[in-house]
Amino acid sequence: MASDSAPHFSSRDAVVCRGVGKTWAAGTRRAHEALRDVDLDIAPGEFVVFLGPSGCGKSTLLYLVAGLEEATDGRIAAFGDPVEAPSPERSLIFQETSLFPWLTVWQNVSFGLSIRGVGIEERKQIARQALQRVGLAEAMDKRPDELSGGMRQRVAVARALAMRPKVLLMDEPFAALDVQTRSRMQDFLLDVWRDSGASILFVTHHIDEAVALADRVVIFTARPGRIKTIVPISIPRPRDPFSPQCEALRKELTELLRAEVDRAFAEQEALADAV
Amino acid sequence: MAVVERDATTGSAATGTSRPAAARPLAVNRLFASIAGWDWLSKAWWTCLSVGLFAGIWELCWAMGWADPQLLPPPHIFLSNFGEQGKFFNTATRWQVGNSMEGPSAFESVMITVAATTMRVFVGLVLASVLAIGIGVAVRYWHVFDKLVLPTVTLLSPVSPIAWLPVAIFLFGIGNAPAIFMVVVALFFHMVLATIAQIDGVSPNLINVARTMGASKRQIYGRVIVPAILPGMLQVLRMNLFGAWMVVLVAESTGVGYGMGQVIMLARNTFNPSLVFFTIAVIGVLGFAFDWLLRLAQRRILYWLPDTQEKLRGL
Repeated sequence: MASDSAPHFSSRDAVVCRGVGKTWAAGTRRAHEALRDVDLDIAPGEFVVFLGPSGCGKSTLLYLVAGLEEATDGRIAAFGDPVEAPSPERSLIFQETSLFPWLTVWQNVSFGLSIRGVGIEERKQIARQALQRVGLAEAMDKRPDELSGGMRQRVAVARALAMRPKVLLMDEPFAALDVQTRSRMQDFLLDVWRDSGASILFVTHHIDEAVALADRVVIFTARPGRIKTIVPISIPRPRDPFSPQCEALRKELTELLRAEVDRAFAEQEALADAV
Repeated sequence: MAVVERDATTGSAATGTSRPAAARPLAVNRLFASIAGWDWLSKAWWTCLSVGLFAGIWELCWAMGWADPQLLPPPHIFLSNFGEQGKFFNTATRWQVGNSMEGPSAFESVMITVAATTMRVFVGLVLASVLAIGIGVAVRYWHVFDKLVLPTVTLLSPVSPIAWLPVAIFLFGIGNAPAIFMVVVALFFHMVLATIAQIDGVSPNLINVARTMGASKRQIYGRVIVPAILPGMLQVLRMNLFGAWMVVLVAESTGVGYGMGQVIMLARNTFNPSLVFFTIAVIGVLGFAFDWLLRLAQRRILYWLPDTQEKLRGL
């Protein structure tokens, strides 16, 4: 009987979005539509980058997939099951440091395991493995404030990996880092991604980041966020950012994005005038 | 991994912000460094200097004849005659012994009074903190509790402790209980509101991380929100410590029998400015010591907080 009412989701897809919409503060005067009618299929092990102007709802979509917020329209499923609540299978990594400052690095990494009631020895073991994968095994007993911004984000990645997620959701994780560290972190992330076999949904407004990382780039329109187009990238990795292919791709993405940025600007100005 | 080394160097370069120091002349730098090595000594030195400066200005006013020693006796007068002053603290036992000339020595009676008042402040502070943090967390934890309790708390929090004084006496008569009640009632409502404000200020990212890790509501409160609000709560406690000292005097000045507040009342009734200033000095030292202890505890408990004071000094 459930098969009649519920739409059919393929359990092969990591994430499926059907007609997803989100209106913040729905039903009030401050209601504001962030996302409209998003259809998206993400395969297991796929690296998808969400690209769009600020405030276009790409982070909102990430929160919906994580299960931290509820969609006002449409349905989201992960591996065939509808998304109703947050799950360790879909780990979210934030732009700002989200490490617990009162815990050591390894305690941070094994936080999710301690929630599940895993014993201390096993937790330490798993934390060490996860930290080895991000190259920070020697920082086990340090505290977050003793680490640089890049190291902290790597710890956050290790914390997500310790839960063995099938989907990694990343909300501009490297935005706060300097350019050199960021490009290092991108290489590092590709290594981790290849090892883990997880799908990655990665939000950014840096075109270079999309060019360096993505299997597919999803470009969003400005308010309300809708998928404008999806650009598949077939350039083999490792990608040389200065190769003619990458240059061409960067140009293409810039063109696609420019119209949206212009529109977002015009709207913001109109909004400011109205106020 | 090459990534590691690369990051480690950028990290250490970022933390070593010695630019403001380099702008100072070398000799001054060396002086600051030598002072920094004797951190506690330099702090003690500055404290003495600060107090000394204040006392010095007062003494100067007295020496110039601007301050009438009958009304504003300078420190060397009101501190000199410890034995004479201490005798007045003998109210401490007058009501017990029935003879003001007997009982403990001047020093002992000062100590008894100080200990009694300190105990009331301490017990009141602990009770108020435990109650306020408990209720504050409960308000955010259970929605119904929020709706039921918060309006009343908000309504009562602007009421001056003075207004509670008669209530304290009605309820507890005389003795320690009304004084402790006064301290609790003066701090409790503000601390509940402060706790709620602290909870609302917890970074949503930290909570979201715990949620994606599958933490239950109880786990989120116990393992994320409570540790996250601790630094702010200790700050609130420090601010309220002074409030507790203020209100305990008011409470003691009425029905309590003995304590610092009684001494102040005695000084007022017998027109004894020296005794007033002497008591003020004792209270100041006590409050200072309490604050110091609390800061020490803060540093112990909140090991993860960086020392921001240092950053401001470089400006």
